[in-house]
Amino acid sequence: MKLEFSAADEAFREEVAGWMAENLVGEFAPIRFRGGPGDEHMYVEERIAWEQRLAAGGWTCIGWPEECGGRGASIEQQVIFAEEYARAGGPGRMGHIGEGLTGPTLIAFGNEDQQARFLPGIRAGKEFWCQGYSEPSAGSDLANVKTKARFDEERGVWLINGQKVWTSLAQDADWCFVIARTDPDSVAHKGLGFFLIRMDQPGIEVRPIRQITGTSEFNEVFFDDAECGAGDIVGAPGDGWKVAMGLLGFERGVSTLGQQMGFQNELNAVIAAAKDNGAAADPLIRQRIADAHVGLKIMRYNSLRMLSGGGDGSLQPEATIYKLYWASWRRNLGKLAMDVLGPEAEMLEGQGYELGPLQTLFLFSRADTIYGGTNQIQRNIIAERALGMPREPKGN
Amino acid sequence: MEFAFTEEQIMIRETAAAFLQEASTSAAVRAAMDTELGYDPELWSTISSDMFWQAIHLPENCGGMGLGYVELVATLEQMGRYLLCSPFFSTVCLAANALLVHASDEQQIEWLSPLASGEKTATLAYTSRGTDWSAESVSVTWTPVADGYELNGEYRYVIDGHSADCLILAAREVGSTGADGIRLFLVDSDTEGLQRQRLGTIDETRKQAAICCDSLRVPVSAVLGDPATEACSSLSTVIDLATICVAAEQVGCSQQALDSTIAYTRERVQFGRTIASYQAVKHKAADMMLKVEAARSAAYYAACIAEEALSGGVLGQELAEAASVAKAYCSDAAYFCTGTGIQLHGGVGFTWEYDIQMYFKRARASEALFGAAGQHRERLAAMLLDAPAIGGAL
Ligand SMILES: Cc1cc2nc3c(=O)[nH]c(=O)nc-3n(C[C@H](O)[C@H](O)[C@H](O)COP(=O)(O)OP(=O)(O)OC[C@H]3O[C@@H](n4cnc5c(N)ncnc54)[C@H](O)[C@@H]3O)c2cc1C
Repeated sequence: MKLEFSAADEAFREEVAGWMAENLVGEFAPIRFRGGPGDEHMYVEERIAWEQRLAAGGWTCIGWPEECGGRGASIEQQVIFAEEYARAGGPGRMGHIGEGLTGPTLIAFGNEDQQARFLPGIRAGKEFWCQGYSEPSAGSDLANVKTKARFDEERGVWLINGQKVWTSLAQDADWCFVIARTDPDSVAHKGLGFFLIRMDQPGIEVRPIRQITGTSEFNEVFFDDAECGAGDIVGAPGDGWKVAMGLLGFERGVSTLGQQMGFQNELNAVIAAAKDNGAAADPLIRQRIADAHVGLKIMRYNSLRMLSGGGDGSLQPEATIYKLYWASWRRNLGKLAMDVLGPEAEMLEGQGYELGPLQTLFLFSRADTIYGGTNQIQRNIIAERALGMPREPKGN
Repeated sequence: MEFAFTEEQIMIRETAAAFLQEASTSAAVRAAMDTELGYDPELWSTISSDMFWQAIHLPENCGGMGLGYVELVATLEQMGRYLLCSPFFSTVCLAANALLVHASDEQQIEWLSPLASGEKTATLAYTSRGTDWSAESVSVTWTPVADGYELNGEYRYVIDGHSADCLILAAREVGSTGADGIRLFLVDSDTEGLQRQRLGTIDETRKQAAICCDSLRVPVSAVLGDPATEACSSLSTVIDLATICVAAEQVGCSQQALDSTIAYTRERVQFGRTIASYQAVKHKAADMMLKVEAARSAAYYAACIAEEALSGGVLGQELAEAASVAKAYCSDAAYFCTGTGIQLHGGVGFTWEYDIQMYFKRARASEALFGAAGQHRERLAAMLLDAPAIGGAL
C-alpha cells in the first residue's frame, strides 16, 4: 500500500490548479461554486462559455482515449482533475452527461460513424446531452419502459412515441439518449433499443417540473412521432438493455469519484457556519460535525481502494456500497447544516423562493438517495450481487 | 498511489486466516476464555515460534522481520475475525510499540529482542479508574529516591496485566499535571511492590487486570529513553498506534459477524422461504456490509499513516486524526454488525452456544478501549472547530 501520488501525478495536480487559477477569473468569477446539484438551472449561458474555455484548454473529456479526443488520463489523474476543479470552485459542468455518460457509452458500444459525429461536439463543449431513462411507470423498475420506437421504412427514420420523466437538463440539452421498445410485444429487458435523439424538433415537447427546491432542473419529455436517424441507434434493436446497463456502470463508477472535493467544500461551509454562530460549542453538534468529517474521510479512502482495485474502472463487489454510502452521507450533512443554522436556517434572502447554498444542500440532498438507484435499490444490489442473497421475487 | 495490498501482504493475510480458522476455533476460544491466563500457552508458542507474528513490524536488529504496519494490521484483522485469545495485542501493539517509540537504541535491542523472539510477553499500564484514555490521564506517581524512583498508585484496564512477563508503567512526577512529568518505566512483573489482579470482564476473550504500585522501587536504568525527556507525546503516539490495532480487530470482528449471519440466514427457513430472501433481512445485511467495508478502508488508511509515523514520513503527522477516524467508525461498525447479527439470528443469537454473542461482547469491550467512538469524535471536533482547520484538504 502506498498513499502518495506519483511525482508525475503531483505535477499534473499543479498543472490543473494553475490552469484553474488563471482561467476561472474575470467573466467567469461569478460562476465560481455555482451550478452544482440543486443549482443547475443557474448561469446556463456562462457555464456553456466556461465549458468551451475548458475545451480550449484541453480539459474536457480528459479520461477519454486520445484517439477520441481525450487525454487518455489515468484514473488517478481524473480524480486529481475533479478534486482540483472543485477545490478551485469550478462551476457545475454543463457537459457532464455527455462527457461522463454518452461519450463512454459510444466509445464502448457505438460504431465509428457515431463516434465521429457525436464525440467532437461533446469534447468541444458545444453539444449537451440529457438522459431519457425514467418513465411514469418505469422508475426503479427501469426495464418497464413503454416508450416505443418504430422504424418507418418510407422515411428511413425511427419514430419515437411515449413519455419520459424526471429528465434533468432536458430544457438545455441538444440531444437525449433514450431507451425505447423496438419490439412492441416485448416485455422487460428484451426488445429494447438505445437511441440518440435530437431535442430540437417538432415531435418533442419539454415541460419543466417544479421541484422541492422551487426550481426546475428536471422535466417531462413527450415524444410524438419524434424522429431519430437510422444511424442513431446504438447497437442493434434489442441490444438496448445491454447498452443502458453499460452506461449505468459508468454512472456508478469513476465519474462520481471526483465529487468528494465538492462535498468537502460543503462540509467546510457547515463548519464555518458553526464557528460563526456559536453552534461549534454545542456538544451534540460537535459530535455530528466530527461524524460528517469521519464519513467524508472514509468516503475518500473507499474510493482510493476502489481506484486501486480495477485499473480499467471496473468495480469490485465492495464498490457496490459507494452510492448508498455517499448519498446517505450527504443527506445527513444537509440536515446537519440546518441544525447548525438553527432558526436562521428557515429564513430566505428575499421575498422570492431563493434558497441559500446550505438550504439548497438540505433540500437537494433528498434527491441523492433517490436518483441513480434509490437507497433501497442499492441495498438490494449489495445483498444480491455482493452478498449473494436471494433475488427479489418478481410480480406479474 | 496504490491503496491495495501487495502480493506479499495478501499472502500474509491469507496465511493468518487459514491458520486461525484451524487453530482459533469456537471450542478453542471458549476453552481459553475459561482459563486464568486467558490464552492457550501452546497455541501462543506455535504462533510465536512458527508463525512469528509478534516480530512482523519489529526492526531486524532486534530480531524482528522489519515489515510494516499494514502487515501487522492485516494480521490483527484476522485475529479479530477469529477472536484469537493471546498476549499478542498487549505484547506487540502496546509494549513493543512503546519501546519502538520511546526507548533508546540500546534499550530496544535489550528489551525488544525477547519480545520479538516470543520468549517474553509484556504490556503497557497507564490508565486508572475513569473514562479518560488520553496520555494526560496518567495518575500513578513517581518520586525520585536514592538510585531511582518510587511509584505509587493503581492502574486499571491493563490488558493481560495479570499475566505479562514485563510491564511498561506510565507514571507522572508527584505534583505534576497535564502533559508534564510523565515517564515510562520497564519492570519485571515479579518486582516487589507490584500487586496484580485479574478483573472479571463480560468479554472473556481478552483479560484485563488491576495493578497496584505500593512504594514500588525502580532503578534509573528502568526509565525508557533519556530520563530527562518528557514522555507524554510518545505515550500519545503509542496510544494512537494501539488504537489503530483495535480498529483493525474490530474490522475482523464485524466481518465475521456479517459472514456468520449471512450463513445462518441462508439456512434458516420461515414461512416456507429462507429468511435471507426477505428484504428486511437483506437490507440489514447490506447495511452491515457497507459498514464493514468502510471500516476496513478506515483501518487500512490508518495503518498506512502509522507506518509513516513510525518511519518518520510526512503523513505521520496525521496519526492522531487517522486513529480517531478509524476508532470512531470501526467501534460503531462492530457494535452495529454484531448487534444486528444477534437480531437476525433470532432466539439462538441470545444463547451462549452460538458464537455471535462472543463477537457482540468483544465489540462492546473494544469499543471502550482507548476511548469510545464519541470521545474520538470529540477529539476530531476539537481539531476541526477549535484549532486551525484540518478540514481544508482531503
Ligand atoms: C433530481 C432527480 C433527477 C433525476 N434525473 C433523471 C434523469 O436525468 N434521467 C432519468 O432517466 N431519470 C432521472 N431521475 C429519475 C430517477 O432515476 C428515479 O426517480 C429513480 O430511479 C426512482 O424511480 P421512481 O421515482 O419511479 O421511484 P419508485 O421506483 O416508484 O420508488 C418509490 C419507492 O419505492 C422503493 N422501491 C421501488 N422498488 C423497490 C424494490 N424492488 N425494493 C425496495 N424498494 C423499492 C424506492 O426505493 C422508493 O423509496 C431523476 C430523479 C431525481 C430525483
